[in-house]
Amino acid sequence: MMTSPVNRLMIRAADVHKSFGPVEVLKGVSLDVDKGEVIAVIGPSGSGKSTFLRCLIHLETIHRGSITIEGEPLVTTDPQGHCHYVPDVDIRRVCRKMGMVFQHFNLFPHLTVLQNIIEAPLTVKGMRADEIVPKAEALLRKVGLFDKRNAYPSRLSGGQKQRVAIARALAMEPDIMLFDEPTSALDPELTGEVLNTMRALAEERMTMIVVTHEMAFAREVAGRAVFMDGGVIVESRPARDLFAAPEHPRTQAFLEKML
Amino acid sequence: MNYLADILPALLEGSGVTLQVFLITFVLAVPLGLALALIRISRFALLSTLVNGYIWLMRGTPLMLQMLFIYFALPFIPVIGVRLPDFPSAIVAFVLNYSAYFAEIFRAGIQSIDRGQYEGAKVLGLTYPQTMRRIVLPQVLKRILPPMSNETITLVKDTSLIYVLAMNDLLRAARGIVQRDFTTMPFVVAAAFYLLMTLVLTYGFQRLEKKYAVYDD
Repeated sequence: MMTSPVNRLMIRAADVHKSFGPVEVLKGVSLDVDKGEVIAVIGPSGSGKSTFLRCLIHLETIHRGSITIEGEPLVTTDPQGHCHYVPDVDIRRVCRKMGMVFQHFNLFPHLTVLQNIIEAPLTVKGMRADEIVPKAEALLRKVGLFDKRNAYPSRLSGGQKQRVAIARALAMEPDIMLFDEPTSALDPELTGEVLNTMRALAEERMTMIVVTHEMAFAREVAGRAVFMDGGVIVESRPARDLFAAPEHPRTQAFLEKML
Repeated sequence: MNYLADILPALLEGSGVTLQVFLITFVLAVPLGLALALIRISRFALLSTLVNGYIWLMRGTPLMLQMLFIYFALPFIPVIGVRLPDFPSAIVAFVLNYSAYFAEIFRAGIQSIDRGQYEGAKVLGLTYPQTMRRIVLPQVLKRILPPMSNETITLVKDTSLIYVLAMNDLLRAARGIVQRDFTTMPFVVAAAFYLLMTLVLTYGFQRLEKKYAVYDD
């Protein structure tokens, strides 16, 4: 790539440490994500991959290291080792560049599908209903759920819920999408529709980080695969290479078990 | 039948007092209870502890004692001591007492909401107040309707305690006639009035529950 790497750098996480009580779950994780990259984060449960994703969007606070989103700092660490988050207003502004999709959807059960999607644009961006509703409807068509726009989430299947959750995140027009095991709570026959939606997003050159156990998806859709184990990134390479010929013994052992 | 017509005006007047105490208490104690619950679950440890102590005090002593205290003892306390007439005394005691119970209902409701709802709202950029107002509290309302209905019905009947301040509520009016006329008939009529009030409330809460039944959690 000849484009300047500075302009294209969407996320820079450096030496991220995170502990829950005495247990250190992230032991210095560093990751750069370029614009349009699709990164699959794989690894055994407890490896810290979900925690790392949650740190990027401030659902968890880190104890050391730094995170920068599109050149804007979210958190830095001074030479004395003290961690400093930017002020709350800036945290919200920086994190708004990212959308997130959860394993358990986290749709708002008291709102219809359409209301779920327009809630944040109305409340956070102060958009008018006549601006956002057509956009929300277009998003629903894109994920194939326009006919469900007036249904409550409890009436939807898991796959449909997750597609609504993706549309809801996209309605805020993020530059980056984070997916935290988006298909892990789904019945096997419902994962396809969600993965297809994500594949379409990847084809539109959305910058994506996907924590997943779907090895086939990771291999086919992701440009880069990151293998995490024990709170560190063990191996980070083009997905095709990592799956074809994992270099590290721990990656080899994990993939042997998974495939 | 003629006798009934004779005693009805006094009982209706008593019902009016009962309804006033009930309505004013409800309208004031519900928002106060919500505020207390929000402080109780907030990260301000000192305030939270204070509210906790307040709830303990209000639920741990009889409402009648609180009423008597505010009416008889408050005037003699330095600085905050004020002499309140009977009706305001009763209202203050009821609001203070019931807000503690409502606070605990709200707290239980708020804490029953899944953490994922807060996270879903946060990653969409909603602030904490926005999350509470738009996402959490509407869902809390649905969940707390049954205990709220319970507590509200109890409030209707608790209003009869104001007789200790010599206020003529429904029950005291009925008792006055019973003692005057040596008949228990006024008690039966008073019971019918209480039942009518709670029937209206029960119906109202059922309507609300139906309204909220359009979605499942």
